[in-house]
Amino acid sequence: MDEVLILSRIQFAVTVVYHFLFVPLTIGLVILVAVMETRFAKTGDRMYRKMADFWGKLFTINFVLGVITGITMEFQFGTNWSEYSKYMGDIFGSPLAIEALLAFFLESTFFGIWLFGKDKISPKLRAFSMWMVALGTNISALWIITANGFMQNPVGYVIRDGRAELESFTALITNPYAWHMFFHTVISCYIVGSFFVMAVSAYHLLRKNETPFFKKSFKYGLIMAVFAATATPFIGHQSGVFATKIQPAKGAALEAVWETQEKMPFHIVQFPDAENEKNSIEGLSIPRIGSFLYTNSFDGKVTGLKDIPADERPNVPLVFYSFRIMVALGIFFLLASWFGVYLYRKNKLENSRRYLKMMLYSVLLPYVAINVGWIVAEAGRQPWAVYGLMKTAEGVSPISLSQIIFSLGSLVLFYTILLVADVYLLMKFARKGPGTELATGTEGGVKHVS
Amino acid sequence: MSHDTLAIIWFGLWGLIWTVYFILDGYSLGTGMLFPFIAKNRQERNQIQEAIGPFWGGNEVWLITAGGATFAAFPAVYADMFSFLYTPLFLVLIALFLRAAGLEFMHKDDNPTWQAACKWAFTIGSFLISLLFGVTFANLYRGLLIGKEGYEGNLLSLLNPYGLLGGLLFVALFLLSGSLWIQLKTAGDTAKRAAKLSRPIAGVAAALLALFFLATANRTPLTDNYADYPILWIVPFIALLAMLAAVRFVFRKKIGLAFTAVCITIFAKMAFGFIGMFPNMLPSKIDNAYSINLFDAAGSKLNLTIMFAVAVIFVPIVLGYQLWSYRIFKDKILKESAKGYQ
Ligand code: HEM
Repeated sequence: MDEVLILSRIQFAVTVVYHFLFVPLTIGLVILVAVMETRFAKTGDRMYRKMADFWGKLFTINFVLGVITGITMEFQFGTNWSEYSKYMGDIFGSPLAIEALLAFFLESTFFGIWLFGKDKISPKLRAFSMWMVALGTNISALWIITANGFMQNPVGYVIRDGRAELESFTALITNPYAWHMFFHTVISCYIVGSFFVMAVSAYHLLRKNETPFFKKSFKYGLIMAVFAATATPFIGHQSGVFATKIQPAKGAALEAVWETQEKMPFHIVQFPDAENEKNSIEGLSIPRIGSFLYTNSFDGKVTGLKDIPADERPNVPLVFYSFRIMVALGIFFLLASWFGVYLYRKNKLENSRRYLKMMLYSVLLPYVAINVGWIVAEAGRQPWAVYGLMKTAEGVSPISLSQIIFSLGSLVLFYTILLVADVYLLMKFARKGPGTELATGTEGGVKHVS
Repeated sequence: MSHDTLAIIWFGLWGLIWTVYFILDGYSLGTGMLFPFIAKNRQERNQIQEAIGPFWGGNEVWLITAGGATFAAFPAVYADMFSFLYTPLFLVLIALFLRAAGLEFMHKDDNPTWQAACKWAFTIGSFLISLLFGVTFANLYRGLLIGKEGYEGNLLSLLNPYGLLGGLLFVALFLLSGSLWIQLKTAGDTAKRAAKLSRPIAGVAAALLALFFLATANRTPLTDNYADYPILWIVPFIALLAMLAAVRFVFRKKIGLAFTAVCITIFAKMAFGFIGMFPNMLPSKIDNAYSINLFDAAGSKLNLTIMFAVAVIFVPIVLGYQLWSYRIFKDKILKESAKGYQ
């Protein structure tokens, strides 16, 4: 059973990370494409049509993979976490069903209308369709995070007949933990989308290709990035303060706090040593800031890991380093986007080759940040699947080792093929630039329009 | 409403969601299976892609909704159904990847190997989804090998002759549905080729359906409920009648009516199965005591009530905008102007 548990956890990690490679770009990019469509509908300026088509194409390639990898998520709780599903299903199932009903239908139907309705509906309706897709993706995030929020902070339930049953739907959907996560997650997806647009634009600006087009695109990305990267540290900070109240073990692991203390300093340089329950190095300390970051008060008391039973602590170095990386990247995104505003204002953007190069090579960093963010949230909650109610090990399905090896092996294989195909197509079309609206070609002597 | 009444209503909705999924995705899966045999060049491929392009994603969401609704309304069925049927479900998931990526990525590169790979991924993916779901539901009718210690079967025990018959029946019905859809949505050579294929497929589907009903009556406990309430026999009767009507309409080139008749056939065939299973959701072949029935599996009263309210409000909204999208794309797709997935 142990191997099954470990492999099931690996499989969950693999499928959820793959899913969250595609979804954040969908959530971020859809808003920018919708804005471009709206600008076109309002002004009739062909430039916006071209922009919506070019970025919409990249959106389209990415969108389908978010859908594909999402289906696995919908069924995986049943296949691999059947005991969890039986125990939690009365509460966990309804957000998933509502997500499908409210979000997935909206997304897929209006995406179809937008993609194929180009010549059949007015620009206004096209813009409307894209906004409906955007609404769908955000509603989807809300409901799945409502489900996850329950795992982080169970509310509105009673234990009856050996399972958790819903007692208050209102409590479930107003769970403050979920709302913290929702804003932090969705806004971090806007960072992914905006940095993607800026990176592709930088690539072309560096080559002096279609400069007005990509300058404008860069500007759209930049506006979104400035907003999102400025909001993120505040929201993240509030998330941390709140998470620590609910899950002291996760909280303590964020900064690897071993001893309970007041007026805690913040160590810029720090290396945790989990075996000896201490930090091997603590350097560049700023007094009292630690307490402030944890409690919003310079005198606040922070619970240390030593006051938490060893079998209820998460993997401290994993959470600690993941958190550090996320915060460091958050600061980088903040500086990079405000510097971009400065350059844009001074009208120096297209000639700042170093900055543009930096933005081009930064395209993957937001992906790193969101994934280490989820490691903080999820690994930080271990050993619990549902905090305080059910341990992860208790939730696994009674399946055989050969079954999990088969599923994990084939998922890794197919997901990797899909990822390679996706990256190949994204790079190909991103490099090609906007070009003419409809390419024609011939195949076997027959002319075709696409 | 009592908890039991709510649970029964949800059993009905559960069956309905699966049924709607099979009716709707039936035509997109059938179109996918026929794709290489009907589209002979890029323009024709574009035509067929566009015939299902705006709709198939929404059709697939019915499957996701079926998963979510099972989870929400019958958590124990969700947990056992998908962990018992572990390997076939993962094969379905892979088939779903293949279909979606194959369809949407096919023309995004001009390399012939890429295009051929995508084409066959689309077709084989569509085939496997149809076959495996048919096999799965036939095995639900027959009863799964659920014993004292849980599930005792495996992939091979599902591939018994009756299960395979159920799989082939789905394949045939979906092929028929797809061939009619292509005629409804496209004009020119694609429609002509589809029309030629419709006839033999209709005959085979009708034969398989009759055989399937015979086998069900002889090989499964599904007809027990029918013995208790003979009036219910009207449901399989409707299925056969609609099937025969479909065959007739196919030969008389009444394509819209034939398509409708196929949808009714699928509906009645699924209803026949769910009525027979009632009140079991995962019947055991070993001993009915191990079967999982809807009353044991149902979620709490509050949960079922809320989900019911959500469904009553939002399903009509969803149907509304989906119908709107069918209206936007009501014209036939011509070879000259088809763009497909670019
Ligand atoms: C800049 C300062 C940042 C702070 C203080 C911060 C803080 C946090 C905290 C405390 C959590 C764990 C919350 C929990 O488990 O309840 C978290 C999770 C997360 N972070 Fe950050 N974060 C920051 C930046 C970023 C950035 C730049 C990104 C991505 C672009 C990001 C993406 C995420 C994601 C996706 C999660 C998981 C979802 C969640 O728990 O909200 N974070 N963050």
